Amino acid sequence: MTAKLNATQIAWRAAQDIADGAYVNLGIGFPEMVARFQPPGRQAIFHTENGILGFGEAPPPGEEDWDLINAGKKAVTLKPGTAFFHHADSFAMVRGGHLDVAILGAYEVAETGDLANWSTGPKGVPAVGGAMDLVHGAKRVAVITEHVTKDGKPKLVKRCSLPLTGVGCVTRIYTSLAVIDVEGGRFVLREKLPALGLSDLQALTGADLHVPGPVADLVVPEL
Amino acid sequence: MDKTLPDLAAAVAGIEDGMTVMIGGFGGSGAPIELIHALIDRFRATGAPKNLTVINNNAGNGHVGLAALIEQGMVRKLICSFPRSADPVVFTELYLAGKIELELVPQGTLAERIRAGGAGIPAFYTPTSFGTDLAKGKPVAEFDGRCYVQERWLKADIALVKADVGDTLGNLTYRMAARNFNPLMCMAAARAYVQVTRIVAPGGIDPEAVVTPGIFVAGVVAVPNPAQEEDLNRAGAVYPEKAA
Repeated sequence: MTAKLNATQIAWRAAQDIADGAYVNLGIGFPEMVARFQPPGRQAIFHTENGILGFGEAPPPGEEDWDLINAGKKAVTLKPGTAFFHHADSFAMVRGGHLDVAILGAYEVAETGDLANWSTGPKGVPAVGGAMDLVHGAKRVAVITEHVTKDGKPKLVKRCSLPLTGVGCVTRIYTSLAVIDVEGGRFVLREKLPALGLSDLQALTGADLHVPGPVADLVVPEL
Repeated sequence: MDKTLPDLAAAVAGIEDGMTVMIGGFGGSGAPIELIHALIDRFRATGAPKNLTVINNNAGNGHVGLAALIEQGMVRKLICSFPRSADPVVFTELYLAGKIELELVPQGTLAERIRAGGAGIPAFYTPTSFGTDLAKGKPVAEFDGRCYVQERWLKADIALVKADVGDTLGNLTYRMAARNFNPLMCMAAARAYVQVTRIVAPGGIDPEAVVTPGIFVAGVVAVPNPAQEEDLNRAGAVYPEKAA
């Protein structure tokens, strides 16, 4: 029995909510995986901060062109209809409200929609990249994440303890256990793993889960 | 008028101690490796320039290009959005030792600050970073019910940039995503020096295809087969090569 979804399955679930023709930015790392699971018949158009709209998947090893990379500096490919543009236009697309969806990773998400995903504190070299821009402007800012940290601590919390990326920006969270919306400053449970009891899920969550309506089963394929 | 420069050394000859230099590229894509190496050559021959403030999205990789410039001790301060990557060992060591200053800027704010610098806009308001540590000390204002952070323009004495085709008037095209910050930096620097793979006569670039108009460019220099940072790093390259 699956106790929780793996990362691939979380990415699959997030991909099911992306409409055909949506303009989408996937954060670097884990969120990039969402692109693999577009439902049949749907084709999103992917945006990357460094100035490409409509790029394709990674090329085979040895066929990389290092002028054709994504924001994670990984090689990508061209698709018919790709457009290039400079960084100011790229972030006009981001801040200007032109993206339909941004999907990001998270260290913590608060019930207010605050997101912390760029800094684990004062140690080491700080790096922010495009995260603080991406949380503003996209019509939907979604997060994909494990439900708890490796140490078992809740990542969904009342208030973030880590430095914020943005205030009140997250609208939906896909976790290894549930799908949760942020509405009116609280977590609203939409889907959970069928075998998981509501009280068990609540115990793994750092703020109250609200259940104003039916909770659907979170069912994903073996991946 | 002909903006063609005889060699890379001529493109970096005017960079003086303490100047602010914008260096194009996003990671290795669009990075002017040969211009940076020419600047390192000048420093090793003359001891100048040093105490540079460098503006780039990243902090270099491996021991070539921007990383090599930092490794030489020529950079006092770096303004960038993402100084972490696969191998930013040079920057990381100097930063943790307190030997290089860092101004961390969200990527879209960095781009817009540079664009503003080139466009004569001294400050602007953006939603980015509102309510975060990176907005500390900056003026905030409310417009139509939302809060925005005031950010100031960024300008530079010199920009070093890589493009694809240039004509002798300085009009430029770029190659795929190697465009990134480069057109903005050409606008925001008092003088932009550009390495191009090919220099053509005026008319050699379709006016509809010009990305950077020549008014933003001080000089072009031909580098027919530019190195890619990614390839150099995979080969373990170090600049300058250590004497045997």
